[in-house]
Amino acid sequence: MSLSIFQNMGLNAMNKVMSNKLHIALYIAPALLLVSVLVFIPLILSGYYGLMDWDGIGAKTFIGLENYITGIQDSKFWDSALHSFLLAVFSTLSLAIYLAVSIILASKIKGADLLRKIYLIPMLLSSVAIAQLWIKVYNPSSGILNTFLRSIGIEEPPNWLADPTIVLFAIFIPILWQYAGFYILIYYAALKNIPESLIEAARIDGATPFQIATRIKLPLIKEVVSVTIVLAIVGSLKYFDLIYVMTAGGPNGASEVMASYMYKLAFNSYNFGYGSAIGFLLLIITMIVTVIVRKLTATKERIEY
Amino acid sequence: MGGKKTLTVLSSALAASLLLTACSGSGSEDASSASGETEVKFMHLWPEGSSKKHYDVVNEIIAEYEAENEGVTIDLEVLSNEQYKDKLRVLSTSGDLPDVGMTWAAGFLEPYVGGNMFAPLDDVIEEELSDAFVPGTAEAYALDGATYGLPLELNIVSLYYNNAMFEEYGITPPETYEELLEVVDAFNEEGIQPIALGNRDAWTGSLWYMYLADRLGGADTLNKAIDRSGSFEDPALVEAAAKVQELVDRDAFVNGFNGLADEEAKSMFMSEQAPMYLIATWDLPNYTTNESVPQEFRDSVDYMNFPTVDGEGDTNSFVGGPGVGLFVAEESEVKEEAKDFAAYFVKAWGEQAVEKAGVIPATKVDAASLDLPQMYIDILDELNNASNITLFADVQMSPDTAQVHLDSIQALFGNEMTPEEFAKAHEDALSKE
Repeated sequence: MSLSIFQNMGLNAMNKVMSNKLHIALYIAPALLLVSVLVFIPLILSGYYGLMDWDGIGAKTFIGLENYITGIQDSKFWDSALHSFLLAVFSTLSLAIYLAVSIILASKIKGADLLRKIYLIPMLLSSVAIAQLWIKVYNPSSGILNTFLRSIGIEEPPNWLADPTIVLFAIFIPILWQYAGFYILIYYAALKNIPESLIEAARIDGATPFQIATRIKLPLIKEVVSVTIVLAIVGSLKYFDLIYVMTAGGPNGASEVMASYMYKLAFNSYNFGYGSAIGFLLLIITMIVTVIVRKLTATKERIEY
Repeated sequence: MGGKKTLTVLSSALAASLLLTACSGSGSEDASSASGETEVKFMHLWPEGSSKKHYDVVNEIIAEYEAENEGVTIDLEVLSNEQYKDKLRVLSTSGDLPDVGMTWAAGFLEPYVGGNMFAPLDDVIEEELSDAFVPGTAEAYALDGATYGLPLELNIVSLYYNNAMFEEYGITPPETYEELLEVVDAFNEEGIQPIALGNRDAWTGSLWYMYLADRLGGADTLNKAIDRSGSFEDPALVEAAAKVQELVDRDAFVNGFNGLADEEAKSMFMSEQAPMYLIATWDLPNYTTNESVPQEFRDSVDYMNFPTVDGEGDTNSFVGGPGVGLFVAEESEVKEEAKDFAAYFVKAWGEQAVEKAGVIPATKVDAASLDLPQMYIDILDELNNASNITLFADVQMSPDTAQVHLDSIQALFGNEMTPEEFAKAHEDALSKE
């Protein structure tokens, strides 16, 4: 239906176009309303709250940019930002593994369908369930991981979630695991979209499977890869759930990320104004990074099969 | 064209319905009750699912109150702990607080009192509840000379231990800190992790620090450091932090305690993986009446007051504090009825809470008149003999400083901070206030 309207737009006379614009406005109105109320207005409000000295309950006092300046000078904020960026780097690197897995799954191997479903399972679990599961895995005394390490003769296995030097990486593993299925699903769909005839042609010309993967498949799904890179980086920068449940940013901030720091300030320290400012800084950082990444991964030519 | 027209109608109908719902959402102010009837809104945080006994006692009290006071109905809303906190905050910003609700002491109520949202209750205490509370409990709800909460619960912290495990290895429960160190060594030699501690939440580690500070510095040193008439750089407080690290270096606490939640530590104690556990009286049902805990385990658990340190300290001085208390909303339209109900509730709760819900109330209890497990009677005795109750440090401090305290506790236990740095972190945070 909506397609026909767009077609009419080009074909019909001026007064018709006007009436069609009303249509368009009506179509987007409900979505626009929802997005504005749920996304844009809170977004602007949090930027505004960032200008206030406010405990979230009592009266607000306008203090200008003080919260933002404190945020920029706050070493804890930059530590948490560093952790978020580390997560972004690891998420992006792990995309290569997901891509490799997808290429294998998309070529005709036995049980690919079943494997694909298995990879998707973590996606179906709620973050809190995953967090509880990995808390048990990492339990220093009775966890499956340390029990295994002790059984192969390591007497003092690490205290995964208590050791400030490794806790961050210990949490990265379930986060990457959690999203593996999502990216594999996207890559798999993209790879399945490549016409079989192209692969056939390459094969007849004598290309090895590795060459087919790197010279034909990869370039053809380049656009999808660039989208997933943006998704992975943005998702990492604003990541919150597993970290909040598994360590709450501890011990002593060793696994704090930007979003968990924001939460802590607003809801534990009752520093709503400052928390909002940190939230707004997080938004700005994420937007800047997104623009940069989009620029770097932009593809000029459009692929037509 | 016909299709397009239908669409226009449909979409405008959709838009209109959206607007309508938006209106009805904000327009649904609760209708005031029929004339002559007074409705007091009461919000509490003991849902039937997770706190059945609490929930039942509350309902009984409400039913009694309504029977005694014709024309007053209590409009009840029940939420679980975290949801309750969130809802209270949201309601407070829109000026819609329930007439009577629950609050925590000290730091928690500060912003609400600052925003003029809770009514002072000193008149209620003077008229109806004078001398009813255990000393130090109602005071925890006082700010700038006025009291804003009527405490319902009182918890004190004791060192619980598994007697069966001590006997099995022929180890005697410690009475002093020095003996505690020996006990720690003895259990470690047997390959048993001595003390269950879940320090991810950090208030758990804070209990250890607070007790060591109390024994070394006396009842007031820590309080004074927090209210700024003293300092965290007081030698006794620095020494207490050093003792914490001594315990850590002796492997007194279970592996990876900084990454464990209190619940996980509790389960280690309750599954007999660790013989000692420092926790407050809210856990008493687990060691006495809770049928889902094996009888054998409940029989083997005993408690002791925190030991003396370097021969110093008063074992009748406790760390603890009131849990939740009742507030009355300043903006309430039925303030007098609300106050009356709150006072009635506190009294009735005090009479029934221990026996029916296993909660030690903040009002004085006559243990002899009640049918209670021995451990409850002993703890109530301790309370009667208590020389001092120091309020949990993270509750005493403002939320901002409390966060610094909790982070520093984790760092101290994790040997990431020296006792001197620990003291300095507190001094910096407190001087900023």
